[in-house]
Amino acid sequence: MPLLDIDRISIRFGGLTAVSEFSMSMEKNDICGLIGPNGAGKTTVFNMLTGVYRPNSGTIRFDGESIAGLKPYDITGKRISRTFQNIRLMKNLTVLENVKISFVYQTKCSLASSILRLPSYFREEEEVERQSMELLKVFHLDGKKDELATNLPYGEQRRLEIARALATKPKLLLLDEPAAGMNPQETQELAELIRWIRKEFDIAILLIEHDMRLVMSVCENIIVLDYGKIIAEGEPEKIRNDPKVIEAYLGEEAAHA
Amino acid sequence: MTAYGKKLAIFLAASVALFAVLSALMFQGLIDAYLQRILMTICINVILALSTNLIINFTGQLTLGHSAFMAIGAYAAAAIFKVGVPFFLSIVLGSIVAAIFGFLIGLPTLRLKGDYLAITTMGFCQIIVVLIQNISQLGGAQGMTGIPGKTNFAWVFFSMIFTILILSHVVKSRQGRAMISVREDEIAAEAMGINTTRYKVMAFTLGAFFAGLAGGLYAFLMMFIEPTSFNYFKSIDLVIYVVLGGSGNFAGCIASTTILTILPEALRPLNDYRMVIYPLLLIVIMILRVKNIRIPWLSDFFSRFRKGGDKNAAA
Repeated sequence: MPLLDIDRISIRFGGLTAVSEFSMSMEKNDICGLIGPNGAGKTTVFNMLTGVYRPNSGTIRFDGESIAGLKPYDITGKRISRTFQNIRLMKNLTVLENVKISFVYQTKCSLASSILRLPSYFREEEEVERQSMELLKVFHLDGKKDELATNLPYGEQRRLEIARALATKPKLLLLDEPAAGMNPQETQELAELIRWIRKEFDIAILLIEHDMRLVMSVCENIIVLDYGKIIAEGEPEKIRNDPKVIEAYLGEEAAHA
Repeated sequence: MTAYGKKLAIFLAASVALFAVLSALMFQGLIDAYLQRILMTICINVILALSTNLIINFTGQLTLGHSAFMAIGAYAAAAIFKVGVPFFLSIVLGSIVAAIFGFLIGLPTLRLKGDYLAITTMGFCQIIVVLIQNISQLGGAQGMTGIPGKTNFAWVFFSMIFTILILSHVVKSRQGRAMISVREDEIAAEAMGINTTRYKVMAFTLGAFFAGLAGGLYAFLMMFIEPTSFNYFKSIDLVIYVVLGGSGNFAGCIASTTILTILPEALRPLNDYRMVIYPLLLIVIMILRVKNIRIPWLSDFFSRFRKGGDKNAAA
């Protein structure tokens, strides 16, 4: 049974069918790319996967359960986590506090024990602190744990957002244009980071990206969307040479990149 | 644990010391009945401001109807007392009634955001005031009389300390973290697994509880309560306290409440000009607030209550 199984989901906004009959499936340890021109419906697919929108038709099964129409926080509880196209960090909180947010839903301490400062409060806080610091160390952000998120350089904000998403302990990580605004050097590092995350955390990763070098180098499977429909699907090599993809998205020159 | 225990001990010792000094001054007559009354009003206003602070500054939900919960707490406590329940228990029960109302009102209204929420809460506040005006058993528009003056300085002072303690514990916990994440970015908070409605309602209910506590103390201090003293003008006052106090900052909130409670009294000799000078001073204070209202040593003293990383603290 695949980890993620999307079967013909569609969503309409008024008269516009943003995504129609979108199907895909992912195994436990896949890295899959979702590409296509602006407005093709890539982020809409993410939003349906994470409960921001409810598809008008079709089913989404994750880990054997149907998740279409659940609230975003319930879906996080089912172990799907995401980053955002326009970074959505808690800007006025420190790096460490940003990561700790992800532990709220995983911890159990009741309001009463928080107020009364019962031993369970201290035990849990210590554990959250320890796990958050471990994650920050992995992302080389531990030295900046007390820095406000808004003061981090752009590349580090992207990294922190990934760290925060991983702190929710996902089985599937959705990355929405992780390389946006990065220079080639940073993109190169990101590609390595993505591969490393897959191995280290043993999770599946689905990413939306415009940077073809990144997509081609990390994804095993690529899906191309145009006007809300899948126009091609397959290995990078196949996508690169697909005439429909070249026409709709890549263009002649990129095909030779 | 030990670090926390130490801080707690210092805080409690400092509170008791401050109480002892003020009590001694009152006993000596250096603080007269008038000043004593102002001090008590300050304590009540601090409770109110901190409870508003939790909702507005920590959870980021602009409420313009918080005084409704003060009204509910005041009337409930007074009514319960008149049935024959002891003073302390009446105040506690009054707060619980206010919290229940907070929960019931919060559940539907907190689905709204920003200015919509503000207007709706203002509407609820007005509904509560009008309701009380029309319940003759509570004295209706004429107000409720015959409440004994049970509130003394010790009650209000230690209620304030209790409020500071509880709310500072709340904001530094997983629940508080969830509330702050709602303020920062609701969409991101939900994506990180936080049921934002749950924590908004939690903040609202807690806020209502402490507003109810302040209301109960107020009723037994004034010995007379009338619905119009809890209308939205009072709510606006609360918003001014917390906005001036800075975002998510206990010390700033306490300082601004103290100053803004004293100010109208201090301006009393100006007679009619008072209501011209007071708003002007408000404007000036708002403009200067970031640099000047923060008394450094006081901020340091209270820094443990401040949620790290708020932008005004960094300024």
